[in-house]
Amino acid sequence: MTDETYQQGLEGPPPEERPTPAGRRNKQGIRIDPEVEATHEPRRTVISALVKHEPGVLAEASGLFSRRQFNIESLTVGPTKNDDRARITVVVEEPDPGIDQIKKQLRKLLPVISVRELEPDAMRRELALVKVDAHDPAAVNAVADMYDAKTVDSSPETATFEITGARQKINAAVETFSQFGIREISRTGLTALARGTDETAAAPSTDDAASTADKANQQQTQQYTQTTTDD
Amino acid sequence: MSERAAKITPTDDDEQADDQITDSAAPDAATETEAEADSESTPKPVTNGAESVIRALENAGVEYAFGVQGGAIMPVYDALYDSDITHITMAHEQGASHAADAYGIVAGKPGICLATSGPGATNLVTGLADADMDSDPMVALTGQVATDFVGNDAFQETDTTGVTTPVTKDNTFSTDPDRVGTDVSEAFALASEGRPGPTLVDLPKDITKSDTEVEPDAPKTPDTYEVQEEADPEIVAAAAERIENADRPALLLGGGVIKAEASDVCREFAIEHEIPVITTMPGLGSFPEDHELSMEMAGMHGTGYANMAITHCDTLIGIGTRFDDRLTGGIETFAPDAELIHIDIDPAEISKNIHADYPLIGDAATVVEQLQAAVDSSPQATKWRAQCQQWKSDYSMAYDAPEDRPVQPEFVVEALDEATSDNAIVTTGVGQHQMWACQYWTYTEPRTWVSSHGLGTMGYGLPAAIGARVAADDDQEVICIDGDGSFLMTLQGLSVAVRENLDITVAVLNNEYIGMVRQWQDAFFDGRHSASDYGWMPEFDKLAEAFGAQGYRIDEYDDVADTIQEAIAYDGPSVIDVHIDPQANVYPMVPSGGDNGQFALTEDQL
Repeated sequence: MTDETYQQGLEGPPPEERPTPAGRRNKQGIRIDPEVEATHEPRRTVISALVKHEPGVLAEASGLFSRRQFNIESLTVGPTKNDDRARITVVVEEPDPGIDQIKKQLRKLLPVISVRELEPDAMRRELALVKVDAHDPAAVNAVADMYDAKTVDSSPETATFEITGARQKINAAVETFSQFGIREISRTGLTALARGTDETAAAPSTDDAASTADKANQQQTQQYTQTTTDD
Repeated sequence: MSERAAKITPTDDDEQADDQITDSAAPDAATETEAEADSESTPKPVTNGAESVIRALENAGVEYAFGVQGGAIMPVYDALYDSDITHITMAHEQGASHAADAYGIVAGKPGICLATSGPGATNLVTGLADADMDSDPMVALTGQVATDFVGNDAFQETDTTGVTTPVTKDNTFSTDPDRVGTDVSEAFALASEGRPGPTLVDLPKDITKSDTEVEPDAPKTPDTYEVQEEADPEIVAAAAERIENADRPALLLGGGVIKAEASDVCREFAIEHEIPVITTMPGLGSFPEDHELSMEMAGMHGTGYANMAITHCDTLIGIGTRFDDRLTGGIETFAPDAELIHIDIDPAEISKNIHADYPLIGDAATVVEQLQAAVDSSPQATKWRAQCQQWKSDYSMAYDAPEDRPVQPEFVVEALDEATSDNAIVTTGVGQHQMWACQYWTYTEPRTWVSSHGLGTMGYGLPAAIGARVAADDDQEVICIDGDGSFLMTLQGLSVAVRENLDITVAVLNNEYIGMVRQWQDAFFDGRHSASDYGWMPEFDKLAEAFGAQGYRIDEYDDVADTIQEAIAYDGPSVIDVHIDPQANVYPMVPSGGDNGQFALTEDQL
């Protein structure tokens, strides 16, 4: 800077005289094969984690999601048949490598016993309480019947319904109810279990974490069924 | 790694300490075994939570702890008073955490730091984050207000577990005096098991004060914590085949190689199959840099030849590295032709930043042995090795040191290296000086390089030198290469070094700038030196003397060798204020997010 005559730096061919490789990687660090360029679109999926039932676990899990910038749609937690265990159900929307990373990072938390991504055919349910204006009780009840909604409270001016079911069903019910004027809504977020004898989040086997990671990596191009449409 | 400098004297003025002070020439081992024998013959039963905490540390073989006293941690310190554990009082809790971190790096077992609640605990946070980023084994014990007051914003209360959750491997809020010792045992085991990291136990004052006779359990990780030691044999076989058929193979050794004690097997593997070796910054020392196969460090300020090798290889065997952005530069251009064989003990590191074609999860030493057994023939890569050697001469790290210019920093680093033995330990702060210390010191042994890699904590150097000195063998020199800005951040630690008479040599490469920032401002901000001009630096040699340390100053080339000799020979802490060329910059340099192969050798190439 100050001394023009003194050239700082090292000797060697400048950048433009150096060979550069032809290959490239994508944002996920995967080498791009021009023939079959794999793109990873975000997909919606449900991850279920069996955790120790102790204070701070939910904060630890949710803190993990926020500080790693994972896009979380809903997160629910509740006790299981075992008093020492709770189940966290989380709905995320991420590209495949992100989903894989979420599972691995969750698995790293000490209070987390097991983690798995649910199959698209898993049972998913959400509960919503919808409080609507009930100036026309007959019409309101007709809509409620359509969606199997249960009346949990009614007053001369309002009626409150409990609706359970898949997200789409609740969305549809809310939309239909909106013609009467919705005063308030409270939704629980999604909870889910695997079908049949398939265990949602089993106690860990010794090679659980490893094999998940290995498989995910080996089958990078594996196509998952889209899960945006629900049961 | 059990012996330490005989000069260290415990601060507790009990008889044991007095013995050591008056008889500092006697080998510690004798006193320690005596003490051990004593305590074994008359095991004092645990009477309260605090004693259980200290018992847990003793059971785990802890010899040293770094910390600062305070209100909520007082019961623990009271129990420490009767213990054989040597407590080193630091001048600031941040120093305690860095010293414990460095102790962990050098000794290969968790370093211990203690602090009180509130400000004491929050002052540890930087050190915890630092250890977390670098996967260093460390245990922090923090005092907490009594459980009745927790959550009420009591005096010196902080939600310590809440604050430290993102920067620890695990933390625990102790709620039961019968269990508190076991919490500490568990934290100790967790800190070094699998991928190492910092753990914390928060100790409410009423829990440590409460009566209990329950002895802590032996150190053991919780049941839910599982570590896979061996990699999947099928992937090992596939990776071995890939290595056999590689045209341009390269090994990339990260800090995990050193932590897993896998340096020896990696060296054997590289030498047997003649594979060029690149290291990351935390991996310095895992492979001898004076070996023909060594390409030294890659990344933002890595050598030109390492960056050429990593960019052009076709098979990259990454071991114990997390592919940090300072290593990879832009993801798109990182080793774009290479199939990656990635060995790591943490499954979450696989394909986190760079996709692994051959994910090998397991202990580095074990998996390299598996690979070694599976590789039947060495890759045919004569041409590639010749190319690597060519790059070494094309992009040599030779620098100019004209007599009419101020002292060049590279010259000072090389002089320090020459004046010390191969197993001398280097600690650094963060900045330009750290990069020169990486580039111009020839590392040959693991656990001789102690620095803040992932977090980049300025002020790390001096407290780390204290921790390293305590863990080091007597014949190992400890050199702290620091920058003026970095040194100023934690130099209160000099008081500790003087009190304990720690034989460390601090060389402050003083350019009166936050040099790395100044370099970037010149390159990317039109030379606008916003807040990076440190023309107000104190005279560090005089400051050292004020603390009671030995102070030296270097202004000219002629002073360098002699002053360094003298400072290293001085038996105690010494500080050399080295006035270097204020314009000196670090090259090569890959601009942030840039292409490693396009490193700049001069400013006009940026």
